[in-house]
Amino acid sequence: MEEQELESGKIRKFIYVNRKAPHGTIYAHEALEVVLIAAAFEQDVSLAFIDDGVYQLKKGQNTDGIATKNFSKTFGALDMYDVEKLYVEKESLDARGLSEEDLSVDVEILPALDLKKLFNESEVFFNF
Amino acid sequence: MKFGVLINEGPYQHQASDSAYKFIEAAIEEGHEIYRVFFYHDGVNNGTRLATPPQDDRHIPNRWSELAEKHDLDLVLCVAAAQRRGMVDEGEMERNKKDANNIADKFRISGLGQLIEAGIQADRMITFGD
Repeated sequence: MEEQELESGKIRKFIYVNRKAPHGTIYAHEALEVVLIAAAFEQDVSLAFIDDGVYQLKKGQNTDGIATKNFSKTFGALDMYDVEKLYVEKESLDARGLSEEDLSVDVEILPALDLKKLFNESEVFFNF
Repeated sequence: MKFGVLINEGPYQHQASDSAYKFIEAAIEEGHEIYRVFFYHDGVNNGTRLATPPQDDRHIPNRWSELAEKHDLDLVLCVAAAQRRGMVDEGEMERNKKDANNIADKFRISGLGQLIEAGIQADRMITFGD
């Protein structure tokens, strides 16, 4: 069945908007699982990080003390899945005292207005 | 219009499942089509047949089963989310050597690919959750 889906040839603009802190709830971790599966469908994929979601990309995470999986390393492997468009909202970084140097992967930092435009251009919107 | 629906929260704890149910009822009433209802995160808990809510309350899992029966809805629980949370159908019971299954009528367990496919095939994806 999945092969048929891939052969359907329909390519849509997907955007995954990550809004939540990486730990404390499972949303961020399971959202990343969606992105990894989605990569097999050869769609046009973008990821956006806003609000506390920007913490998902924070360098130097260590989850030893809370016995959860440190999935932050997976973001660094996304380019192997051809997921290369990562956007981070500037205002969200600023509000949290973070800058590009604090992030573990290459991203494009966009002001909220530009991000809104990106959202409007997307066809399939998932927010986690 | 053809809708895909994603439900990310568990029953009773959160209104997401109730709102999605009402949305789907209204959409069908208006002549729209529901391509698939995909349950993710704690949303998979909507698919348990072992719930026993008080009699004066709505029975959320049964209500989904009945709506699916009536309108031939495709209710899909994400397998990875279901495995974490102990939602089990007969296939999963055998595969993971469990002593029971608990999936309600008209629900099925499948992969996240079903969610992506809904995103591709449906005209609109609607998410219910936080």
